[in-house]
Amino acid sequence: MNLNLTLIGQAIAFAVFVWFCMKYVWPPVMQALQERQKKIADGLDAASRATRDLELAQEKADETLRESKEQAQQILEQANKRANQIVEEARDNARAEGERLIAGARSEIDQEINRAKEELRAQVSLLAVAGAERILESSIDEAKHRELVDKLAAEL
Amino acid sequence: MAGNNMTSTEYIQHHLQNMTFGLHPESGWSMAHSAADAKAMGFWAIHVDTMLWSIGLGVVFLWLFRSVAKRASTGVPTGLQNFVEMMVEFVDGSVRETFHGKSRLIAPLSLTIFCWIFLMNIMDLVPVDFLPMLAQKVGAWFGADPAHVYFKVVPTTDINATLGMSLSVFALILFYSIRSKGLSGFIAELTLHPFNTPNKFAQILLIPVNLLLELVTLLAKPVSLALRLFGNLYAGELIFILIAMVGLWQLPLHFPWAVFHILIITLQAFIFMMLTIVYLSMATEEQH
Repeated sequence: MNLNLTLIGQAIAFAVFVWFCMKYVWPPVMQALQERQKKIADGLDAASRATRDLELAQEKADETLRESKEQAQQILEQANKRANQIVEEARDNARAEGERLIAGARSEIDQEINRAKEELRAQVSLLAVAGAERILESSIDEAKHRELVDKLAAEL
Repeated sequence: MAGNNMTSTEYIQHHLQNMTFGLHPESGWSMAHSAADAKAMGFWAIHVDTMLWSIGLGVVFLWLFRSVAKRASTGVPTGLQNFVEMMVEFVDGSVRETFHGKSRLIAPLSLTIFCWIFLMNIMDLVPVDFLPMLAQKVGAWFGADPAHVYFKVVPTTDINATLGMSLSVFALILFYSIRSKGLSGFIAELTLHPFNTPNKFAQILLIPVNLLLELVTLLAKPVSLALRLFGNLYAGELIFILIAMVGLWQLPLHFPWAVFHILIITLQAFIFMMLTIVYLSMATEEQH
């Protein structure tokens, strides 16, 4: 256990080692560590940002999907309404047309009836006259009785 | 056992003697041939084995860390870089926890202390006869008497090595104290604590008492730092030597002691580092 020059030699060696460590070992290792730390932090940051972006995009997609569904529903409803309207209109038109046709037919029928009546009337008077002629044989004054028969025919 | 004609005492003493080169009063600058020679050299001697191993191990440590530091990448670290970064982060964490000031020196200082002491301590695990025998063979080859070739491989079992470090730390304690508190602040700290009174006259009487107490506190730091490390390793080495003397039984004995000693080796390196940080942080911070 002698204290001697070794003490000083050790102190010097120690000082040199510490100096070397401080100058050439510690800073590069520390710098590398810090840089890596920063890199990892950045990476994590980017990852979380990407996740957030993804969430946003998904939300947007959901929104768009819902909107388009709604729109489709709306369009469908409108189309249904329109179709009903068209059917209704067509029905109305058909009814009106039918009524018009019926009215036309009816008026034609009336005309026909009238014409037939006229004809009938004309013929009735003739027939009546002819019948009467036949019954009475020339005892009738044609001009005198014509007026009577016409009056009769007009009453038909 | 080295030298079959040795007694146990001689064997142990042989193992605990450093290889000393110094100024002998009679034969001038020469290698010490015995413990008495080494003693006669007094202060003007140097332990060649201690210097050789400590500097060699320090160079190994710095070379290892420097080679990693040179190609330190910020990408995925591999192998050795992982280890070095782990050490650096561990030391950095310890320093950050304890030392709150700002200093570029403390962290590398702590790293050097921890790694260097650890490497010096771990030489204790090399079988006690192995390297001294090798040294004796080399010595004999150079023409020296093998019995006079002393070789101690664990630098931390030399009080000079541990005291050299702890005195350096002591110098740093003084430096940091004076830098952060000023010379007057430092003197005030030594003289006005722990007994303090507003009465000026009483205070003057208390100054010598305070100074005595504080000086003991201050000086105890480097002394305890050096003796703790030295004592632990010296005792461990001594037990290895004793185990080495029991013949065949040394195998089952050596192994458990070596395993247990791994704990001491690491713990002592860690304690030296931690206490250095604590002392320096106490030196920089305003006390009380």
